[in-house]
Amino acid sequence: MVTRPPAEGARPTTLGFSLNSFFVWLGDLGPLVQIPIVVVAFGVVVGVILLLIEYAPRPGIGYFWMRVAACFVIPVLAFMVLRPYQNAVVYVVAIALLAGAILFFADYRAREGAGYVFQLIIFMAPAAILLLTGLVYPAIATVVQSFFDKTGKEFVWFDNYVWTFTNAYGFWSVINTIIWALFAPIIATGIGLVYAAFVDRARGEKFLKLWVFMPVAISFVGAGIIWKFVYDYRQGQQIGLLNAIITWFGGQPVGWLDAQPLINTFCLLAVFIWSQTGFAMVILSASIKAVPIDQHEAAQLDGANARQRFFNVTIPGIRGSLIVVLTTITIAALKVYDIVAVMTGGRSNSSVLGFEMVNQQQRFQSYGHSSALAVVLFLFVLPLIIYNVHQMRKQKEVR
Amino acid sequence: MATAELDLPTEQTSPRRPRSERRIARDAQKRLTSRGATLAAAIIAVIWTIPTFGLFVTSFRPGADSNTTGWWTFFVNPGFTLQNYFDALTAGGTALTLGQSFINSLAIAIPATVIPISIAALAAYAFAWIPFKGRGILFVFVFALQIVPIQMALVPLLSLFSRGLSIGEVGIFPGFTLRDVDHSFATVWIAHAIFALPLAIFLLHNFIAEIPSELIEAARVDGAGHGQIFFRMIVPLAMPAIASFAIFQFLWVWNDLLVATIFAPSSSLPLTQTLNSLSGTWGDRWYLQSAGTFISIIVPLIVFFALQRFFVRGLMAGATKG
Repeated sequence: MVTRPPAEGARPTTLGFSLNSFFVWLGDLGPLVQIPIVVVAFGVVVGVILLLIEYAPRPGIGYFWMRVAACFVIPVLAFMVLRPYQNAVVYVVAIALLAGAILFFADYRAREGAGYVFQLIIFMAPAAILLLTGLVYPAIATVVQSFFDKTGKEFVWFDNYVWTFTNAYGFWSVINTIIWALFAPIIATGIGLVYAAFVDRARGEKFLKLWVFMPVAISFVGAGIIWKFVYDYRQGQQIGLLNAIITWFGGQPVGWLDAQPLINTFCLLAVFIWSQTGFAMVILSASIKAVPIDQHEAAQLDGANARQRFFNVTIPGIRGSLIVVLTTITIAALKVYDIVAVMTGGRSNSSVLGFEMVNQQQRFQSYGHSSALAVVLFLFVLPLIIYNVHQMRKQKEVR
Repeated sequence: MATAELDLPTEQTSPRRPRSERRIARDAQKRLTSRGATLAAAIIAVIWTIPTFGLFVTSFRPGADSNTTGWWTFFVNPGFTLQNYFDALTAGGTALTLGQSFINSLAIAIPATVIPISIAALAAYAFAWIPFKGRGILFVFVFALQIVPIQMALVPLLSLFSRGLSIGEVGIFPGFTLRDVDHSFATVWIAHAIFALPLAIFLLHNFIAEIPSELIEAARVDGAGHGQIFFRMIVPLAMPAIASFAIFQFLWVWNDLLVATIFAPSSSLPLTQTLNSLSGTWGDRWYLQSAGTFISIIVPLIVFFALQRFFVRGLMAGATKG
């Protein structure tokens, strides 16, 4: 059986209980009933993990055997719960036993004492497994996929990337994404900062903040619907506020979401800015309050007026928060999907990378194109994270 | 993901300051308020609220009215109805009624908040308090995983869920078979948990690492292991950080459209998806969409108001540090 090729259509085998069977059973219950059950079940798993972490490393013969059992039983159980295929059971059990043996050996040899590696691995394992299977593996798979054609069988070199920059969908989504990433953070942070500065010296501060913060709690789908009432376009009597104002002044209504070039992009951008400004405002407002008041007083004694104080005292004082807010909103703007999906569906060259790649994959089943778009998006986000990591390291050195 | 690098609270500000100090602060506040600033802020607040207000008004107008006249005519020619809300809850999008998908949204959002935060807290503790080789590099790597856009992980993850994983000839995991299940949220929970992890680990680590080491050492001297320290000390002390991240995570999951659209079977679609498909074939059901949008806002607002104490405290402390 070791040398034989795998049988076609092999059926999965389990212990009689598997993750899949649990999910199947759970899925047949009502949605509300599922909430406590899954939370409790998950809580039990975490409880077992904590118990093992607590007791396994203790010295003594009983704990030694407990550790041995945990090292070997957990990997085997974990693999069996995942339901391997019938003819792969032997391999899987072998892999599990090997993993257990390595774990036990490493743990036994650990300089910090027996139980050290064991604890570390149990603490890290859930997060590590999820991240490896859910982000690292998919990211690599997507990069590989971007060099293959639609079906994923034929290697096509950079054809998908060429397509991305020459095809209308791809080209406009790149252009629009750049526009989003340039304008959204600057405008949203700018307005947020101005508002935070005003609100700092306004009466009824909490109340005023609430109104601008509210869009943050509204989903992009909701925001899209809300803004359709601003952009709506029709002949005769207007429902959309913007066109109504234009017709009151005797103009012709404009089909905002189809207006090209780039006008519709900015219309969508406005929705995003509208919803992110509150976020920028809350954080900047908190950091403005943290700027020491004596600095302001000193500047005042030196004869600086309010505007000078704002630019020479407040802004330098909140530089750190400004950078955090700017990068945060930039990353969000690069990945945006919902607003475009709800408002235009990528019509009239209003598409962005985050939307277009889902579109290519869902509508055209074109995985190569979709992967290439994803990789381009990835390359846009990369410098921001590198910058942030750099900042993080620098901050650590200061500490 | 709206907050790539939002620091959570690093220090507890003492809740009660001496009275005189408080009064000075209040006097300073009074001295600094200006009428111009209040007016300017109020104008921006009004502009910011007009779109939402328009929707709010529309949600109470009869369908026939809102399809032919702008919402502002309501004040000249009022027509009030609550029917929209009843209709919206029972009217369907493509597959579900809004009421059903509201419940689905709850069933998605609560576990998808609890699961990643617990897992992230475990990992964050290990990063902060268990020294090991390559800890710094690994931590930066986890943080940097945020560069992977969700969109990039969708297709491989989807095929992992449906077709499974085999290395060479060995089938490690055959995938889930949840197609015939009534309400399966499993894949959505897992996907949301995965996408939340890098940020959650990063934020919780920043907080947990700031807990004074004397506390941990004292507990260890008393004979507590890592398990007890984590459960009895770290979790209660990190509660403000956990709560403020939980609010964000809940809001993101509740407001998410993309992950649910890809991973949820049609019977398990959330509110956002139904809301989006509620517009009708010709986009003429404004009255339903507007009422539906307000129904969808209720839960985030409740969560926000109920927990904003933690939220604001988290933001304040983080900001003073940055």
